[in-house]
Amino acid sequence: MNLLEVKDLHTSFFTPSGVVKAVDGVSFNLSKGTVLGIVGESGSGKSVTAYSILQILTHPGRIVSGSIKLEGKELVGASEEEMRRIRGNKIGIIFQDPMTSLNPVFTVGNQLMEAILLHTNRNHSEAYARAIEMLNLVGINEPDKRMKQYAYELSGGMRQRVMIAMALACEPDILIADEPTTALDVTIQAQILELMMDLQKKMGMAIIMITHDLGVIANMCDEVIVMYAGKVAERGTARQIFYNPRHEYTKGLLNSIPNIDSDGKERLIPIAGTPIDMLNMPAGCAFAPRCGQAMKACLKQHPEEVWVAKDHLSACWVNVREGLKNDAIETGEGGKIVRIDTDKGEKHE
Amino acid sequence: MGARFLMYTLKRLGMAILTIFLVIMITFFTMHAIPSSPFSSEKAKSNATIAALEAKYGFDKPVGIQFLNYLKDVAVLDFGLSTAWVGSTVFGLIKSGFYYSAMIGLSAALIAIILGIILGAIAALTRGKWPDKIVQVVTTALVSVPSFVMATVLLLVISLQLKWLPSMGNQPGGMVLPIISLSLYPMAYITRLERSSMLDVLGQDYIRTARSKGLRRGKIIFKHALKNALSPVLTYAGPMLAYILTGSMVVENIFSVPGLGRLFVNSMLRTDYMMVMGVTIFLGILIVMMNFLTDVLYKVMDPRIDLR
Amino acid sequence: MDKPLKKNPLSLQLDPNLFQPATEEEKAQQIVTRESVSFMRDAMRRLRRNKISMACVVILVLMTLAAFVLPSFYPYTYAQQDVTAQYLAPMQYSQKELAKISQGISVFPHLMGTDSLGRDYACRVIYGTRISLLAGIVSAFIVVVIGIIYGAISGYFGGKVDMIMMRIVDVIYSLPDVLIVILLSVALKDAISASKNLFIMQVGAGLISIFIVFGLLYWVGMARQVRGQILSIKEQEYVLASKSIGASPARIIRKHMIPNCVSVIIITAAMQIPSAIFTESFLSFLGLGVSVPMPSLGSLASDARSGLVSYPYLLIWPALSIFLIVLSFNLLGNGLRDAFDPKLRS
Repeated sequence: MNLLEVKDLHTSFFTPSGVVKAVDGVSFNLSKGTVLGIVGESGSGKSVTAYSILQILTHPGRIVSGSIKLEGKELVGASEEEMRRIRGNKIGIIFQDPMTSLNPVFTVGNQLMEAILLHTNRNHSEAYARAIEMLNLVGINEPDKRMKQYAYELSGGMRQRVMIAMALACEPDILIADEPTTALDVTIQAQILELMMDLQKKMGMAIIMITHDLGVIANMCDEVIVMYAGKVAERGTARQIFYNPRHEYTKGLLNSIPNIDSDGKERLIPIAGTPIDMLNMPAGCAFAPRCGQAMKACLKQHPEEVWVAKDHLSACWVNVREGLKNDAIETGEGGKIVRIDTDKGEKHE
Repeated sequence: MGARFLMYTLKRLGMAILTIFLVIMITFFTMHAIPSSPFSSEKAKSNATIAALEAKYGFDKPVGIQFLNYLKDVAVLDFGLSTAWVGSTVFGLIKSGFYYSAMIGLSAALIAIILGIILGAIAALTRGKWPDKIVQVVTTALVSVPSFVMATVLLLVISLQLKWLPSMGNQPGGMVLPIISLSLYPMAYITRLERSSMLDVLGQDYIRTARSKGLRRGKIIFKHALKNALSPVLTYAGPMLAYILTGSMVVENIFSVPGLGRLFVNSMLRTDYMMVMGVTIFLGILIVMMNFLTDVLYKVMDPRIDLR
Repeated sequence: MDKPLKKNPLSLQLDPNLFQPATEEEKAQQIVTRESVSFMRDAMRRLRRNKISMACVVILVLMTLAAFVLPSFYPYTYAQQDVTAQYLAPMQYSQKELAKISQGISVFPHLMGTDSLGRDYACRVIYGTRISLLAGIVSAFIVVVIGIIYGAISGYFGGKVDMIMMRIVDVIYSLPDVLIVILLSVALKDAISASKNLFIMQVGAGLISIFIVFGLLYWVGMARQVRGQILSIKEQEYVLASKSIGASPARIIRKHMIPNCVSVIIITAAMQIPSAIFTESFLSFLGLGVSVPMPSLGSLASDARSGLVSYPYLLIWPALSIFLIVLSFNLLGNGLRDAFDPKLRS
């Protein structure tokens, strides 16, 4: 049984200007101890997916349909009390900006001990000891001093370490990291990521790493989901995504990474067009207007998610076109495409 | 924190003292710019009598000297003698009047603060639903009614027509209507302030963090949200005091309460300029000191404020 | 790419034509971009859509017209006394008037009744409204003019000039303004009754002292706001960008700084007006405002106290009038604030 199973999740924001389908049919599984990366640009729905799991969506947002199962137990529709038992306890989360994510009028120690006291049976002094233990674990020096300090007295990197300590204090099974390094300096970024990998080895929790930075994904993640406009574009192992991308968007992302070995004369290859306006979604594939390989089919209908290899999923008509050419399409009931053997007829890299 | 905080407090105190000095100066010179004498209005006095009276009260000396003398006196709380209530000292009258005004004013302030915060928080938490809508409509209406209208309407309806409460301050239960009249506007104002502050806080990231740790809704509100939402309300404390003090002038008038406000109005009508000066300066000092206290308190509550 | 696409017999819905590349026009059609409007027009549009704000504008315009235009056409004046028509209820006629009507002479009804001296109350309330509106608008004007100039200078030049100017603002800010208004009114009232100038006498001690005090004290809020805006705009990258492509300071001020200030200015000004109206009516209530017989909504309310139980309408009409004016300005102010809020851009 998977640790976390998300099936066909739909989360929308009902704003005065219209309905934004932030998450529009997303499915994935998370196994114990694995690191899953969710990649996408701003507005792709990756953060909203995470917030939907914990059900900490803000006001006009709501889970519309779908299923989220934690160790087999359904979370969608669960009572607020059941969710509270999970938050900070079975699933921990750290956010992008540690400065605003910590309450400015309470000490670090106060906020650290809060979750501990809530979810475990420890008394005050035991909770204090555990908090110190966590601070040491995340590499903060002089933990006793830090406990009494306020958020604004710490540096950015330290604050994020505190956030990590807070999220992991109750030894959750899953740690969700929502762009944890975006707001930090580059050198600190590396430190934090290293810390997270370290803790993952020590504590064995699964990690969902949400980011727009492919470099982070490459370093840390076992599996990767690429999201665009609320839908899953492609899903697979890190190796598959990086070495055998099967979606035009993924290919675009990979192509846009400057090559460190180049002689500096090559032009950068960005993805054409502008990011999508979620209030005015086109019919068909959301990426089509920006896609170099766009076909008439792409404009008409959104491609379905299809297995293109073992554990490798993609939603792109290009695969279907190639599959038709190479006669590599396997269909199931009612003519629905089940699998496309993308290796057939192609030269391997 | 200690040393910088002390500097800040001292700076603010210095500012307060400077302001008080300015208030005294402005008051003094404004009153002395009035052409007529405080004695000229009453039953026809001969010029000689007026001159004698003025000499007795020290009004015949040059203005500059008078001002210095006045400053010296004020420093020891001697505001001079009243000309309308012969025989009483200005300060003595102020003291007895202040007792009533303080009682009414403090009660009104307390009601306004407590109810305002509670209603504002409720409105923020039930955003968009009917409790919020009601609160918004009612507070908008209350904030559009001046104190004297409110007091007079209350007098009319509650006291004279429905006869639920007495119309005069010195009767038992007579303090209720004055207190309510004075508390309604600040309460409405604080409610709106608190509501918007609370909404602002509830949208902050650290509330999301608190939620993600699994805290109960009540705890999130009372612990994390409220403390942050309170500070804007504190900044209103100074203006609220000013409102209550000036509002008391009409409210005490309407309900015949022997307080400072009514004293001020009467001394105006009877051209008792020593009295007018004394009350103005007294109230001015109160307001300035209140502003000073709230500045310092604000700093204590939120250590991030710029220490300039 | 050159191999012909085979038809897959099991999925007939896949028309091979669909796999032809899409043209650029077809792609562009899919995108519906929203027209970009200027900030000001967007705000105005949002304001227009706000029904409550629009209703307030209508009410205020109507009241202003009534206050300033109507008296010229009205059959009564505010000082016209008629001892035979005292304390008439709204729409009630006096004996003398009834006699006139039975003779066939038309008598304009007292829409709001009459007061203790038989003066038509509607007329007096209208004049009182005029005074209130005058107090509000002129005060706002004074505050806007002085505030903008002071704030812009302080913000634009910065440095020592700014520091000194702001110190002065701090001192002024800490003075208890209402007390000083009252003080000035007391002082002026005396001076005015000595003066023979008709205009000054009509306008009254209250209004003049309000205008003076607003000119001396109340502009500081506006100055601070404007200065704050200018300072933050100065630091913005687009100003730097403008400078770096050679734009002159005048152009920068005109194109970048002023538009950003306008919203702050309008909102602050709109908030000043109710405060000025309150102050004026408050002073008049105490007898420090307009000189008799000119009515102010405050003095009308005060006069209504004698005879309050028997003739409550004497209080209700002016109270309603103030309430309506201030409520409209408050709601309009709220609407303006929402309209100019960049976060609500749709």
